[in-house]
Amino acid sequence: MPTMLEVTDLGHSYRAKDGVHEAIGGVSFTVDAGELVCVVGPSGCGKSTLLRSIAGLISPTRGSTTLHGSPVQGVPDDLAVVFQDYSRSLFPWLTVQRNVEFPLRRSLGRAERQARAAEALDWVGLSGVGGKYTWQLSGGMQQRVAIARALAYRPALLLMDEPFASVDAQTRFELEDLLLRVTREHASTVLVVTHDIDESVYLGDRILVLSGAPSKVVADLTVDLPRERDQITTRESEAFVTLRSETARLLHGGRPRSTKPVTSANQAEDGQTVASRWADAERAETGRRATTT
Amino acid sequence: MRNLFLRRWALFAALVAAWEVAARLADNPFFPPPSEIAGTASGLWLSGPVDRLFLSDAVFSDVLPSVGRLLLGWGLAAVLGVALGVAIGRSPVARHYLGPLLTFARAVPPPALVPVFLVLFRVGTPMQLATITLGVLWPILLNSADGARSIDATKTDTAVVFRIPRAQWILGVVLPGALPKIFAGLRVSLSLSLVLMVVSELVGSTNGIGFKLLVAQREFDFPQLWAGIALLGVLGYLLNTALLTVERRMLAWQPRQEFVVKPTTAGD
Ligand SMILES: Nc1ncnc2c1ncn2[C@@H]1O[C@H](COP(=O)(O)OP(=O)(O)OP(=O)(O)O)[C@@H](O)[C@H]1O
Ligand SMILES: [Mg+2]
Repeated sequence: MPTMLEVTDLGHSYRAKDGVHEAIGGVSFTVDAGELVCVVGPSGCGKSTLLRSIAGLISPTRGSTTLHGSPVQGVPDDLAVVFQDYSRSLFPWLTVQRNVEFPLRRSLGRAERQARAAEALDWVGLSGVGGKYTWQLSGGMQQRVAIARALAYRPALLLMDEPFASVDAQTRFELEDLLLRVTREHASTVLVVTHDIDESVYLGDRILVLSGAPSKVVADLTVDLPRERDQITTRESEAFVTLRSETARLLHGGRPRSTKPVTSANQAEDGQTVASRWADAERAETGRRATTT
Repeated sequence: MRNLFLRRWALFAALVAAWEVAARLADNPFFPPPSEIAGTASGLWLSGPVDRLFLSDAVFSDVLPSVGRLLLGWGLAAVLGVALGVAIGRSPVARHYLGPLLTFARAVPPPALVPVFLVLFRVGTPMQLATITLGVLWPILLNSADGARSIDATKTDTAVVFRIPRAQWILGVVLPGALPKIFAGLRVSLSLSLVLMVVSELVGSTNGIGFKLLVAQREFDFPQLWAGIALLGVLGYLLNTALLTVERRMLAWQPRQEFVVKPTTAGD
């Protein structure tokens, strides 16, 4: 598979009152075409910052990004983002259908964009509600509209920032399966930022584990599960449980068991010292998660 | 719903009836009964020929010019206020530099400008238009700026990521997002337009409803004076109802359609 996204030594520092706050400390990874890669990391480690840098919403202080071979400057032409805040990312004054059409107005004629929007709504199982306003839908349905809007745009890369963090557990399972089905059917390349270790294992072909700020890639895990996944049997399987513990261990500052080496020894060291500081916060976080799932 | 409507107007009718009785009992020339005012009003404005829908000459020489100036002045203020307001609302730099100026401009009571415009334009329509437009501009401008500014960051990010072109961004996101606030400003301004129309005609006009009020007062024609006042009330009611209808249609997408007539003060 050709490389779709290549991130090289990307770093970002925010200007803070007392100097600078280094959120991302130099992150390198690649995503192949058709892959779904999950990014996990402790709270506040710069996952959103990383995603916003790739999307061109902020310009990183160092490093470079290449999307299907061409260096990215500003906002790439064929990239879509699904934000966590589904209710705010949709336009309440437009119907569902018109929300999906909205980004296509620039490039497509009326008939073509109507057809594309209808098609994308069909993919996410919302063909019946195109005429409704978004506030007439449930949260899960609204997020499906946002996903349909992103897919209708036919992006080379789909970025998602904690897309299912604001919906209830049952809806999250449904949306996870929907995302897997739709993106596989269309061989989409997807990068998902998530808080949830289980979700990252369930969704991902690969998992990038980040350390606490300034974040680095602690591990790049390949998810050795069959591509067909099932909310019950997959989550019960031994491979799933092993990977989940491995991811959790890495998040809490463990060293990678290293079948796939981390890019440099230096990073692993850094990861450990920094990650130990985050261990407590993250343990509290996963504790909270466990009760919701 | 229908019941509520009936009850509301029943109370109105009862109050008019009470006034009628009180006025007849008091028999004071300053306070003619409503029936007499209504008679005077229909004689003044509805005594014209059939082919002009019974509208009399006074309607064409006084009422329509007044209404025309009001609508033109308010319309100009609406166009200017929304355009400038949206531009200022989306520009932090403009807000930073113009903020104090706008707060000051808004604090000046609009009728205080009448003498200034009288000097600048003398008596006549330009002076009245200037008074209305510059007087009612601020609520529209400040509300539009506020509405445009408060477009949330997720929508801005969404527009940037999908590379929404500038015109589509302004017309398709900023304006609709700011529309509820814009309408709040437009409503306040419409009521204010009526006030300024009358004020400007009281001091600087040779026709119009306000001018006729002054004439009636000088001639001690109290029924005509009251008829003029009632006409202004009816006019304000109709204009507000018309605007509310437009607003209801344009904001039909809003989740809850509770359009209470609440005068949102500018800029809050
Ligand atoms: N606009 C900003 N200005 C200054 N600092 C910021 C800004 N945005 C984020 N930060 C800081 O940068 C760090 C990384 O933030 P970011 O939102 O990327 O983390 P995150 O991993 O997405 O966190 P979470 O898991 O809570 O979503 C945080 O310490 C945050 O306080
Ligand atoms: Mg985040």
